[in-house]
Amino acid sequence: MTVSNFPTTEDSEVREDSPTEPRRPSPLRKIGQSFAMFRNGKSITGLVIIGIFALTAVFAPFVAPYGPLDKDYNALKQPPSAAHWLGTTHLGEDVLSQIIYGTRGVLIVGLVAGVLATFVAVFVGVAAGYVRGWRSESLSALTNVFLVIPGLPLMIIIASQYDDPSIVLISAVIAITGWAWGARVLRAQTMSLRNRDFVQAARANGETLLRIITVEMLPNLTAIIASSFVGTVTAAVLGLTTLAFIGVIPITNLNWGTILFWAQQNGAFPDFWWWYVPAGLCIAIFGMALSLVNFGIDEYVNPRLRSAGERARAMRKKGMSMTSGVTVVKATPAPQSEESAQP
Amino acid sequence: MRFILRRTAFYAFTAWAAITINFFLPRLMKGDPVTAYVVKHQSDFNPEAIDSLRTLFGLDSDKSLWQQYLDYWGQLLRGDLGVSFSKGLAPVTDVIASALPWTLGLVGLATILSFAIGTLVGSVIGWKRGSRGDYVIPFATFFSTVPYFWMALIFIAIFSTRLGWFPASHAYDKGTVPNWSWDFVGQVVAHGTLPAVTIVFASLGGWILGMRNMMITVLDEDYVTVAEAKGLAPQRVLRSYAARNAVLPQLSSFALALGFIVGGTLVTELVFSYPGVGKMLLDATNAKDWPLMQGLFLVITMAVLAANIMADVVHAILDPRTRMMES
Repeated sequence: MTVSNFPTTEDSEVREDSPTEPRRPSPLRKIGQSFAMFRNGKSITGLVIIGIFALTAVFAPFVAPYGPLDKDYNALKQPPSAAHWLGTTHLGEDVLSQIIYGTRGVLIVGLVAGVLATFVAVFVGVAAGYVRGWRSESLSALTNVFLVIPGLPLMIIIASQYDDPSIVLISAVIAITGWAWGARVLRAQTMSLRNRDFVQAARANGETLLRIITVEMLPNLTAIIASSFVGTVTAAVLGLTTLAFIGVIPITNLNWGTILFWAQQNGAFPDFWWWYVPAGLCIAIFGMALSLVNFGIDEYVNPRLRSAGERARAMRKKGMSMTSGVTVVKATPAPQSEESAQP
Repeated sequence: MRFILRRTAFYAFTAWAAITINFFLPRLMKGDPVTAYVVKHQSDFNPEAIDSLRTLFGLDSDKSLWQQYLDYWGQLLRGDLGVSFSKGLAPVTDVIASALPWTLGLVGLATILSFAIGTLVGSVIGWKRGSRGDYVIPFATFFSTVPYFWMALIFIAIFSTRLGWFPASHAYDKGTVPNWSWDFVGQVVAHGTLPAVTIVFASLGGWILGMRNMMITVLDEDYVTVAEAKGLAPQRVLRSYAARNAVLPQLSSFALALGFIVGGTLVTELVFSYPGVGKMLLDATNAKDWPLMQGLFLVITMAVLAANIMADVVHAILDPRTRMMES
């Protein structure tokens, strides 16, 4: 269990910059470095999509052509038109405006639940990784219990006990069921960091526990923390929309799941496609953007993932196959044909 | 041996934790819908049923919490989960037993299929990295984030309503009594195909991506290079060297993802009106049928635990190291 599949961020940084001469990074560069995990195509694409959703949510009143609950009884269940780009509901509400305002509900709950869950994950995970013996084991057991217990049924049961659960409560419930994965990964990584020389040195220097954890360890855990945050937000968005679709969340909390709930309750399926297709697509696109950010972080942490496709394509260009067992021998002074010989 | 003991201890602990959560949930909640129901319908209950509900929901507050907890355990061990409000006061165990086979059949089959197909596709894509197979990745990413219930709705709209290939809801034709005839089996297959396909598609992407990433990491290992250098057939390298090692983390994440998948499939059942545990849980929620909800949560958690144990066993069979040592 102590073995982590991830080379640490440290390793990959060394691999990236190894040929360059050591130089004192300026403070600005240092800040830039801590965002290095987002500096690749996939992460940027994901962040841009998330940014668009975020801007839409913040400026909803300016972006949306109508209020989310404005009713136009002359245009009921209308297909998309110039006046209503995504058509109208059974009450003549503008579907596009509902989706734009619904983005707010999704983002707020996703953010709050993500922050709460990441906080717990970092606390439990780093503690479980740093301490030894029965304390570490019991924190790990706690994490595993929360990993195994199915989250959605628990959310349904807790949320349904309240007549009018608030946004904070919903977020908290989602966070309670969603922190364990991050804690598990963080524990494994902390355990491997704990025995590194620089942490040993810090301990030998008599640095306090708090300083060792916050100054020496956390910077090396940022990629994993970021990835667990993104993962929790994804799970929170899916959880929230599912709960809203089932109808255990009050319909006053407008989000994409609520739109689908209304659509199903009012017989939108299957004829009024403009009512239910866009909301679901938004969930999928938002989720995909979050996954893209995470893939970017994965590739940053595990450089093999990043270069696999490029190396294979480069070899094929030279007329060699990555998958054949036969080593190609070229008469001309050719580059190494064995895949492992590639830098 | 130590491995088996450790895992047994873990599962026992998790089972205990789930049961204890189940014990405390109704006691932590404000308000008391159960008392209201019991008082209102007192005449319908027999005295034993009232006693068992008291134990389950903490209405016996005159006793100490510890005594309540002991009573609760005693009752669970006797297999008494109370009576269901919404199902004519039938014992909860009987009500759940009627729904469980449908869910186990549908979700179990679909999840295993999805895992098998996804792992297979993922290993091939990882093996032929850089080829046209890489175009699968964006689609897999997209499909891995589509909510189950939405995909179910879209599939119903396309394959059921427009094309009319499959029935849109229920597990068998209306008016049929379950029996062991070919006709009935045919109906079950026809009704089950679309929900199963939905679950397979919705969860496939995650397996493909996970396996592909593991394959790429494993293919860079020295033992794969050695195997290739020895001149082993590529098929053999793929199957016995790369894929066999790459599938291990995949199995661990299978065990861990189960809780999540179960959540998604519960809602899929709702969309298809499939008479399984998921739909029953949601119906119970809407009907405010607390005993049934509590019982279902317990049963679902235990089912996930059982599936975890199976994944553990398979892991131990595939990987001798887990049998030899632990942590």
